[in-house]
Amino acid sequence: MNGLLTQSFLTALVAGGIVAAVPLMFTALGESVSERAGVLNIGLEGMMLLGAYLGFLGAYELHSEWLGFVAGVAGGLAGAIVMALLSVGMGLDQIVVGIAITLAGEGITSVLQQAQFKGKFPGLGNPVTVALPGLSRIPVLGHSVFDQPLLVYLGVGLLALVAWVFRATSWGLNLQAAGEKPEALDAAGISVPAVRTYAVLTAGALAGLGGAYLAIVGASTFTPFMTQGQGYIAIVIAMLARGKPLWVGVSSFVFGICLSIGTALQLTSINISGDVINMLPYIAIMAALVLFARGSYLPPALCLPYVRGGK
Amino acid sequence: MSATAAASREAAGRSAEPGPASRWWRTVVRSLAPVILALVAGGLLLLALGQNPARFYVAVWQGGVESGGWQDSAVLMAPLLLIALGLIIVFRAGIWNLGYDGQYLLGAALVAGFGPGLLERWPAPLAYAVLFGVAGCAGALWTLIPAVLKAWYETNEIITTLMMSFIGIGIANILVKGPFQDHAVNIPQTRTIPFGKLLPNLSGTRVHVGVLLALAAVVVVHYLLTRTSFGLRLSVLGANPRTAGHVGINVRRVIVTSFVWSGFLIGVAAAVDILGLWAYVRANWNPGYGNTVIPFVFLARLNPLAVVPFVAFYAVLSTGGDLAAQQANLPTDFLLVLVALILLFMTVIEFLGRRRDLGRSYLTPGLKEALRRPLFRRRPAR
Repeated sequence: MNGLLTQSFLTALVAGGIVAAVPLMFTALGESVSERAGVLNIGLEGMMLLGAYLGFLGAYELHSEWLGFVAGVAGGLAGAIVMALLSVGMGLDQIVVGIAITLAGEGITSVLQQAQFKGKFPGLGNPVTVALPGLSRIPVLGHSVFDQPLLVYLGVGLLALVAWVFRATSWGLNLQAAGEKPEALDAAGISVPAVRTYAVLTAGALAGLGGAYLAIVGASTFTPFMTQGQGYIAIVIAMLARGKPLWVGVSSFVFGICLSIGTALQLTSINISGDVINMLPYIAIMAALVLFARGSYLPPALCLPYVRGGK
Repeated sequence: MSATAAASREAAGRSAEPGPASRWWRTVVRSLAPVILALVAGGLLLLALGQNPARFYVAVWQGGVESGGWQDSAVLMAPLLLIALGLIIVFRAGIWNLGYDGQYLLGAALVAGFGPGLLERWPAPLAYAVLFGVAGCAGALWTLIPAVLKAWYETNEIITTLMMSFIGIGIANILVKGPFQDHAVNIPQTRTIPFGKLLPNLSGTRVHVGVLLALAAVVVVHYLLTRTSFGLRLSVLGANPRTAGHVGINVRRVIVTSFVWSGFLIGVAAAVDILGLWAYVRANWNPGYGNTVIPFVFLARLNPLAVVPFVAFYAVLSTGGDLAAQQANLPTDFLLVLVALILLFMTVIEFLGRRRDLGRSYLTPGLKEALRRPLFRRRPAR
């Protein structure tokens, strides 16, 4: 009997969980920033796809995963610029613009992929990983946790950085004011649209980076619609984490485990259909929404365009 | 708040508004401009991809209208119209139901699973009625959790319906690959309903009676929404939930009812589509109707009658676009880009409209403020 607690299963589960969690973590971190500033970014899914496509293309054509990540950031930023222009600059409906960006991201990346590769899905090589000396020798989990691409360590550092920005800097305060009481921010002489624009662009860049990680490290290729709703999962993670970056990391890992449990289960004798496993993250979210519904908090000015002098 | 400011500005604009002719003209501009701009922008995109846009759009017209293409377009209109109606009902109440894919596919899987057996044993009209009912109830049931969470705990329905949609798609796949699978075929799919048992066609065409049913539903829903107290309750709730509570509307009941009818109509759309056109469901199949219908529902300003020409337009674009994309060696996902462009131009025209007063907004105030209402229960008000 090949049970659940074998070393190979645990290693695969944790390693797969981390690979699946990193795109969610970057994207949800970006969403935390933009939500804090009062912009709900339903277009994350599209921005992730743009990042995934351009990231893959960059890594494939330029033979460098780092250039790929940069291209992914650029892709996410492209979507975010549209969002910033329409939703922040012109104050248009954030949900409609978000749906449009998601649809456009899905359509454009699928069309371009097809136009470029004519139905083929070329792959990339294995990503370069950095083993932390000492820690990666810990038995059972050490190798799967502490032997990651450099970007993963940077991402964890980024969580801490954003937590610090939120808690201890005037930037963090400006972001919070833009979401809580934009009038006050405006009265203090700081431009609300500017703060929100930076927040949206940050979210887009991080979503693009998450998408690029998904394509370059997670799948080693780009397939149309490959995000499969992860942009929406990231929105929920950001909401459940109540804007606290460290919780973003923790809940991303939990959802990453949900996403990767199917692959790990193939190593055991337990036979569950892939469709059941694919539903797990969504069922987990519904359960979380039902159970923790009251503990969450959103900025009062979320989704409200700011009109100076409007009352 | 800024919404009231906008409302009063709109009211001020209305009082200074000139005659009905120019108001009619403005409505036309606001409804058609986004579509035309999107087609132009899509043409530029085609040029960038090295295609001839004129040839592409001519091919769309040839495939979607000429030489019998209009019949395929009409058949496609049936599910699109029913989904549009389902969306209009919740949107009028200021509620977002974005779970249409799950609701549709659950209904479709059940109809394709039970259809062949029922149609063999029972007289066709009875079997159709049962299958329509089953699909409708499945769709309605799938809205129930988001509806109750929204009505009692104010949990944001955008997220819950999306999550339920993913779960519904998964269950539909499990059904198709499990109990409903036809083991005579290698690909996981349901048994096929025999051609002779599908919904009858109108004489001399490929257009099935489901299209008439959808058009009848348009009239019925329009009557319900504009001439009954149910429709008024929906509109009041959509305009201002607090007012709805003050004037004695049972807000919880209206939320649940509108959600259930919305899911029911989307389920029925699946039944019409499977019984009239597809006859079976393949695993992982998702026509993705809902996403493409949304912009047209807004362009029609949530008016059931006005949505018909828009849906007809999209049906032609989609039928002909599939063929044109094949001819041009493009994936059909190019149509998603066109739909996204329509949405984007819609918001831009809305912006210009606010500036130049081109008439009413596409969205009701309730929908616009859906996210001001908290995702979760709000903390006690200070």
